[in-house]
Amino acid sequence: MPTDDPRSTSTASRTPAPPAVLEAISLSKHYGSGPSRFDALSDVSVRIAAGECVAIVGKSGSGKSTLMHLLALLDEPSQGEVRIHGTDARSLSGRALNRLRNREFGFVFQQFFLNAQQSVLDNVTLPLTIAGQRRRARRDRALDVLGSLGLADKAAAKAVTLSGGQKQRTVIARALAGSPSVIFADEPTGNLDSATGAIVEDMLFALHRDQGITLVIVTHDDDLAARCDRQIVLRDGRIVSDSASPALEEVAR
Amino acid sequence: MRTIDVTRMAVANTFRSKLRTTLTVLALFVGAFTLTITTALGAGVSNYIETQVNAFAADDVLLVQAQTDLTLEAESEGPAEWDPETSTSSNSQAGGAPLAGAQAEPLTDDDLDVIRGIDGIDGIDPVRAVSTDWVSHGSSGRFEFSVNPQSAVTVADLEAGEQLDQGASRFEIVLPNDYLDALGFDTATDAVGAEVEIGMTDITGETHELVAEVVGVSRSSLFASGAGANNALVTELASLRTAGIDGADENSTVAIAYLESGLTATEIDQVTADLGDAGFSAQTIEDQLGIVTTVIAGITGVLNAFAIVALIAAAFGIVNTLLMSVQERTREIGLMKAMGMSSGRIFALFSLEAVTIGVIGSLIGVGAAVLVGSGLGSALAAGPLADLEGLSLFLFEPLSLLGVVVLISAIAFASGALPASRAARQRPIESLRYE
Ligand SMILES: Nc1ncnc2c1ncn2[C@@H]1O[C@H](COP(=O)(O)OP(=O)(O)OP(=O)(O)O)[C@@H](O)[C@H]1O
Ligand SMILES: [Mg+2]
Repeated sequence: MPTDDPRSTSTASRTPAPPAVLEAISLSKHYGSGPSRFDALSDVSVRIAAGECVAIVGKSGSGKSTLMHLLALLDEPSQGEVRIHGTDARSLSGRALNRLRNREFGFVFQQFFLNAQQSVLDNVTLPLTIAGQRRRARRDRALDVLGSLGLADKAAAKAVTLSGGQKQRTVIARALAGSPSVIFADEPTGNLDSATGAIVEDMLFALHRDQGITLVIVTHDDDLAARCDRQIVLRDGRIVSDSASPALEEVAR
Repeated sequence: MRTIDVTRMAVANTFRSKLRTTLTVLALFVGAFTLTITTALGAGVSNYIETQVNAFAADDVLLVQAQTDLTLEAESEGPAEWDPETSTSSNSQAGGAPLAGAQAEPLTDDDLDVIRGIDGIDGIDPVRAVSTDWVSHGSSGRFEFSVNPQSAVTVADLEAGEQLDQGASRFEIVLPNDYLDALGFDTATDAVGAEVEIGMTDITGETHELVAEVVGVSRSSLFASGAGANNALVTELASLRTAGIDGADENSTVAIAYLESGLTATEIDQVTADLGDAGFSAQTIEDQLGIVTTVIAGITGVLNAFAIVALIAAAFGIVNTLLMSVQERTREIGLMKAMGMSSGRIFALFSLEAVTIGVIGSLIGVGAAVLVGSGLGSALAAGPLADLEGLSLFLFEPLSLLGVVVLISAIAFASGALPASRAARQRPIESLRYE
């Protein structure tokens, strides 16, 4: 998607940074109306550059998932806009939106959302099937990804037979199968023991480091957040801080 | 997503909840089975009747009889008292002619003149009373035998040989095929050309014998029974019967009126109406058979209505099955949409699932109906219906079988549309939040 929007050039000239993959401009999201109206997000602006690794942190109910869903174009904001490679998401057709989510984004949801009775391979090939790839090609690609995540021998197993850590790795394999440029991960280690959680974390950061994939990670876990380039802290639907991770700041000093 | 993958996924999903799918398929099965059986029954019976009607192909002919006085009949219940003055010998017209109204008054010579005078009628032949006692061939024994007095207007359904030559001067008969064995013929073809002796008794009690040639062998049929005889033979039998006594030829109750050629259907209706005004009832042969066909159409219609009720119930079953399926797979749908699957494809996925259920149910139903129908048909044909030769009770036409499958798949698709569009309209984020 070319950045021929004049506004994005002005942003670029203000901050000489790598081009923004995702940009949220004063996003608000409220649920319900009248007296029962609830503001989940108010006036949130975020800019995520290509190849960045961003952690979204904050207390439960602070709006982290809501923000991630808006950035991933899974939901529509009440106010404000989301730009993807400089293009306003609202100007995209449904078809273009589907294509974008299918080709550019990978999702790791907090719950695994695996089809229990299907094989690991079928679960991993789902985005490729949706993309319309041929059987042979998607099988090869999925086996490749599963191999790199140490799950090659589980390809034929039913998803229901996997351990928690194996399920989480399968979910990551599914997110990676379509070779996305951005991975959205909501609590990727939330329901894993710390040892398995560490393995999954290492895997995500390795992808970020080796393949330059942009990571957007929603987490409660301070250690995980600290490993990211940048932390966005939300409280009651507002950004209270957006800064480089303390560890990195120390390095920078 | 490629269509082949959508199809594959839909078929796989159909078998995910086996019990639920089985129950829905069962409901469709009942509908498909009933619909196929009743359609085949209707087709089989009407096909049979049509063949029989075609066997009666004499066109431009009306069967005329005096109009029966219904009120009079209603008063005198039970059999009429025998009266030597008016009653006719019971076997005189018994040539197995179900088409002749047995209760009708005899037609007088005046009646015949009136009929002859009606516009559109070319000529009239009273059906003459003939009675025969037996038939034999060579050294075979004598077997009871009757001649169909209406053979002039009927065309026999021949197994071998030819139709009667009404203009021939020699005596010809068409022999029903159930006489073959008795008369010592091995096959129908053997009988053609053979000469048989026919015995009869005249009204004075004297017996006569004459020889006739078998020109054809007929299959037994619904509407014509007894042997066919050509004009020469019928005339001879009728005059022998009266034994030369004047006035002994009782008047027939039925006459065959020959219509002028080339009349249109409305003109024929007009002739019938004119005859009605003159106090006669007239019917074409098709009219008489039409009553039978109407009754059969009525019966199959009622049976089909039951099948449709079963299908409506099955349609609700499909709606329910798929709604549960959509509910159960809310997250899966949300996930697929999040991953960029279009609403159209989601709709296709769920409708195809409905169609799969429809195709399975209808194929099993149609298959079972064909098996059961064929089995039942041949069992009945060998047993109780053995006399109705050429009848296949269930006629399975490939096109109507296909029609049943298509109809039921269409019903399944229509019932799948509501759940499928509900699935397609789901917003990914709401589906993913769904607990
Ligand atoms: N569909 C909805 N209708 C009403 N309120 C909603 C809806 N979705 C989210 N909310 C509210 O918005 C707020 C933010 O929700 P969100 O899921 O973004 O929280 P979160 O920061 O991800 O919390 P957690 O860490 O527990 O996952 C919550 O108070 C939640 O109740
Ligand atoms: Mg959350």
